Amino acid sequence: MKTVLERLYNGIIKENPTFVLLLGMCPTLAVTTSAINGVGMGLSAAAVLIMSNLIISALRKVIPGGVRMPAYIVIVATLVTILQMLLQAYVPSIYEALGLYIPLIVVNCIILGRAEAYAGKNKVLPSLFDGVGMGLGFTLALTIIGSVRELFGNGTLFGLKIMPDAYVPVSIIVLAPGAFFVLGLLVAARNKLMSPEKKKKAAAAACSMNCASCGLCGGAVESAETDPAKASPVKADPAATARAAKPENTEIKKEEGNDK
Amino acid sequence: MKTVLLVLFSTILVNNVVLSQFLGLCPFLGVSKQVKTASGMGLAVIFVITISSALSSLIYNYLLVTLELTYLSTIVFILIIAALVQFIEMFLKKFSRPLYEALGVYLPLITTNCAVLGVALTNVQNEYGVLMSTLAGLGTATGFAVAIIILAAIREAMDLSKVPKAFRGMPITLITAGLMAMAFFGFSGMAF
Repeated sequence: MKTVLERLYNGIIKENPTFVLLLGMCPTLAVTTSAINGVGMGLSAAAVLIMSNLIISALRKVIPGGVRMPAYIVIVATLVTILQMLLQAYVPSIYEALGLYIPLIVVNCIILGRAEAYAGKNKVLPSLFDGVGMGLGFTLALTIIGSVRELFGNGTLFGLKIMPDAYVPVSIIVLAPGAFFVLGLLVAARNKLMSPEKKKKAAAAACSMNCASCGLCGGAVESAETDPAKASPVKADPAATARAAKPENTEIKKEEGNDK
Repeated sequence: MKTVLLVLFSTILVNNVVLSQFLGLCPFLGVSKQVKTASGMGLAVIFVITISSALSSLIYNYLLVTLELTYLSTIVFILIIAALVQFIEMFLKKFSRPLYEALGVYLPLITTNCAVLGVALTNVQNEYGVLMSTLAGLGTATGFAVAIIILAAIREAMDLSKVPKAFRGMPITLITAGLMAMAFFGFSGMAF
């Protein structure tokens, strides 16, 4: 259970493939013209990633080391072909919108990267959840980028009108240059919010007041100081995890808030 | 002749592979710190994409279509590319030492460059013949080389300027690429 949670947290927050590792940039920038496309692409890649992690991990003792890369590529390419056919049959609207980028999931560095770095060396269950975590992290990142671009470039969110009529959409944001700008600004915002000094400063500022009532630091300092065993399931992990987990969680929320 | 020019112009500038189609972004952002390495990468990409688009188009048009196996194109193309890159590397090592020394480091990286697979798939989508595919491959790869060398030159100059701390590294590179994309956007209004 602990590894499962750790894997999920690692994929979604700590080593988020898009914002932290900057992997798989091509689909990230190309298809995020709207929130729904971001979700579609993210889930498609996540499905392939979960299945490929599962299969590669199950076959890790069968595949000889020398030819593991070609073997991984064939496994991933097969899964992508299956996915492409499924999408074409059941969700043609997403299939049309994503177009060329579905077959290109084969060369998405996240998938081969996880196969090489994790699934090829670990047991089936942790590999499966590594795939789930990374896949969700990728989906989340794509949804955030897609939402920001759709909101400012089109005034809508998931197709619903959000901005008031007086707002004139900035169409450059849904065009090609906007993709680079939005991702650049989001990564910069993440750097700003998560740089080590800032984190220390924020914790210090929060804790100069009454810890029990402020809750700015997500109660991380408090739970680390008091008995960790009393805390909720997430905090019941080693204190270090809790300390790292909580402030970042709140900061992610802040970041999203700023963007909107 | 006019078609040849039109295809080259549109693939190099109007539909630039990196800046308007978002293919091959990993090497574009990763190997663009210096003009020297960027031009090495650019040349290696031109070399591989031109050959691979010719080869994959040959196999698609004469093997997959006749056997009605077109749904296997993704798997077949990626295997062709992986094998081809390996083969080119061995060939250059044996027969053309200087070229190997210039491009060698970049060749293994190219297998994961999605522009290579992207071009092969786009050629199929556009129903190009073998000759046309090769031409489109050459143009697309040249577009990649142009974009990566320009970005590397800008990044070299940017080393001397003061960038806000949060923007250092990747964010400012992305913003620069965005500005380049805006400049290249201007070409889309041009028509013959």
